[in-house]
Amino acid sequence: MDAIFLQILNGLDKGGAYALIALGLTLVFGTLGVVNFAHGAIFMMGAFCAVTVEKLLTLSVRVRDESVTFFEAYKETPYLEVWFGDTGTAIIDWSVPLSIILAIPVMLLIGIVMERSLIRYFYKRPHAEQILVTFGLAIVLQELIKSFFGANPLPQGAPDIVAGSAAIGAVFGLGDAVVYPWWRLIYLAFSLLTIGLVFSFLHFTTYGMVVRAGMADRETVELLGINIERRFTIVFGIAAVVAGLAGVMYTPVLPPDYHLGMDFLVLSFVVVVVGGMGSLPGAVLAGFLLGILQSFSSMTEVKDIFPGIDQIIIYLVAVVILLTRPRGLMGRRGVMES
Amino acid sequence: MSETKNTRNVSRRTVLKGTAATTGAALIGGTFPMHFIKNAHAQTFRGDPGNASSVKLGFNVPQTGPYADEGADELRAYQLAVKHLNGEGDGGMLNTIKPLQLKGNGILGKKVEFVTGDTQTKSDAARASAKRMIEKDNVAMITGGSSSGVAVAVQGLCQEMGVIFMAGLTHSNDTTGKDKKRYGFRHFFNAYMSGQAIAPVLLDEYGAERRAYHLTADYTWGWTQEESIKAATENIGWETVNTVRTPVGAGDFSQYITPVLNSGADVLILNHYGKDMVNSLTQAVQFGLRDKMVNGKQFEIVVPLYSRLMAQGAGDAAKGILGTTNWHWSLQDPGSQAFVKSFGQEYGFPPSQAAHTCYVQALLYANACEMAGTFAPWEVIKQLEGFEFDGAGNGPTLYRAEDHQCFKDVLVVRGKENPQSNFDLLEVVKEVPRAQVEYPADMFGGELGPYQV
Repeated sequence: MDAIFLQILNGLDKGGAYALIALGLTLVFGTLGVVNFAHGAIFMMGAFCAVTVEKLLTLSVRVRDESVTFFEAYKETPYLEVWFGDTGTAIIDWSVPLSIILAIPVMLLIGIVMERSLIRYFYKRPHAEQILVTFGLAIVLQELIKSFFGANPLPQGAPDIVAGSAAIGAVFGLGDAVVYPWWRLIYLAFSLLTIGLVFSFLHFTTYGMVVRAGMADRETVELLGINIERRFTIVFGIAAVVAGLAGVMYTPVLPPDYHLGMDFLVLSFVVVVVGGMGSLPGAVLAGFLLGILQSFSSMTEVKDIFPGIDQIIIYLVAVVILLTRPRGLMGRRGVMES
Repeated sequence: MSETKNTRNVSRRTVLKGTAATTGAALIGGTFPMHFIKNAHAQTFRGDPGNASSVKLGFNVPQTGPYADEGADELRAYQLAVKHLNGEGDGGMLNTIKPLQLKGNGILGKKVEFVTGDTQTKSDAARASAKRMIEKDNVAMITGGSSSGVAVAVQGLCQEMGVIFMAGLTHSNDTTGKDKKRYGFRHFFNAYMSGQAIAPVLLDEYGAERRAYHLTADYTWGWTQEESIKAATENIGWETVNTVRTPVGAGDFSQYITPVLNSGADVLILNHYGKDMVNSLTQAVQFGLRDKMVNGKQFEIVVPLYSRLMAQGAGDAAKGILGTTNWHWSLQDPGSQAFVKSFGQEYGFPPSQAAHTCYVQALLYANACEMAGTFAPWEVIKQLEGFEFDGAGNGPTLYRAEDHQCFKDVLVVRGKENPQSNFDLLEVVKEVPRAQVEYPADMFGGELGPYQV
């Protein structure tokens, strides 16, 4: 029972991350009709917003390290600690949550610049060309990040207060062995909140309503005199912000490196395909579903029956969905179907 | 009738033309029988610098991909080795390795030059770049790499092509076990040695009644390490609760860590390296494993193969974690100190264990050429086989002839609780003497293959 509860929680937590990335991906496909292979790179850039903030906060003064005698070595003390003492240390400790403040405008800007300067020229081109150009863009972005930050993963700590794990077993009347990292619980809450905000924006604001109308019938909306292209540009920016924030918040879970985006790209595409291309609820549902499936397939009891199932489960699901219901779980009739 | 005549009657002129063409093609192609060529009494071999004033070495390291930083450190070490071989800089370990015939005037009087290739930590890419360096750049030797999969692949190619391969960082038992090759040599230690070195320390620190849970990278290195560590820990009385294979590059290991919480295990052994190790260790600590009490004991995590670069990646999560390493820059022997000093002066930070093994490999190859008096690989191989030396860190070392594995002291290390600087991350707990990690040469099977190919 304990094990099943933990795997469900783990699946939801994984699913939260998948859903957040897939949400942006499917939003861009639904509005602009663009298959954006650079979306993983945007997630990675978000993570590096957190790295940049941490680097800025820990700008240091170099002091000669007397403990090394072989050669002249130096150790570094952050200016913030020199100037503000314990307050400085606390600010550095909260660098990941603080990064959100920077990440929102930066990612919005990156999204808008990307769309205006490159993506928009590919709206009417075949999907194959969109994939090629966005994939190329992803490679350029990750190489840029590598040249600045190196190839090694850069660990980012969660604030000390939430660095440990929560004894949730006691809350739900389960055993003491049932613990879960605080930060992952926060991530799950954060992803649910973000998904809620995106849905609210699209469903309860006029702006969102026009965007949804544009998704359904672009020409008619344009005939009504609405500049739908500009709104879609903003939507691209919002998708970038969502992916970027997902990246920022993910850094304490997984030390980011330049390849982070590619690691998530294929997975998030599978999520989008399973959920239904262009369907927002589909992306969220498929994200959580695949997260939970992946989690359960890694259990020893399951692996004993189907060895290696944990490594193929999500692709297996994708194959089954594509064969039996090509438009995906919640896709619109006609999309991806002949 | 006329067609038959044309095909059967070959004129004298046609024969002469044909002969001339064949001879020309053979000469251009370089496949002409040796007895028509000057100096044909000596056997030819790939990478022979001939009468040139320089000899080229091929440094095949990961310049892109997940081990790019480690590859960069290997390349720094090779560049330093080339400097020292050519008599530039302070000479580094040229002053400490004994016996040594290198004089600081290159190899056999020829200036050392190098070309580099990018393994990308992919077997096919590594083979392609090694092949290019052998065929296009005419290198006398290939060295480098940061993965056992790559080492085994490149070693196989080098055997086929008759070029010596001095392996970089590779820790699988297979490299000098079932996949060993006459043309392949490994200075780095292996998974079996890690097991033998760390088991007594684990017994001292954590006791005999322990239940271990393994998470293992699903490829050649992971499998051999799991096998070796499992055998060594069971030998000291530990029980193995479970061994779980994880895909390489999984990123998020949480779904593999949650089952550990309820497994009844009180030790988690991470048979992961590189990015996988950084991620799985960080996440295991986040799941509170290190704060847990199981079976009345403190839960512990062990990382059998450790590296400073990875401890850096794992940050605070690495503190207090035990593991083994081939070498560490804080060693106080003259060889290690000489190398750390040269490297530190050149680059401003101390070398990694990957850099150390690569530097030593380059020097050992050069020295074997000097001892052989030729670059002919079969002669150089004979010099390396059974070569005993000291002064390269890790104490007296033997390049065992039967499997081309180096035997030397192994270090058990622990992540430092209070690091003084960015690179002061590991402390040496024990220098395990060579005798404790030795094993029979035929234990892991394999055949070396012929001297001449």
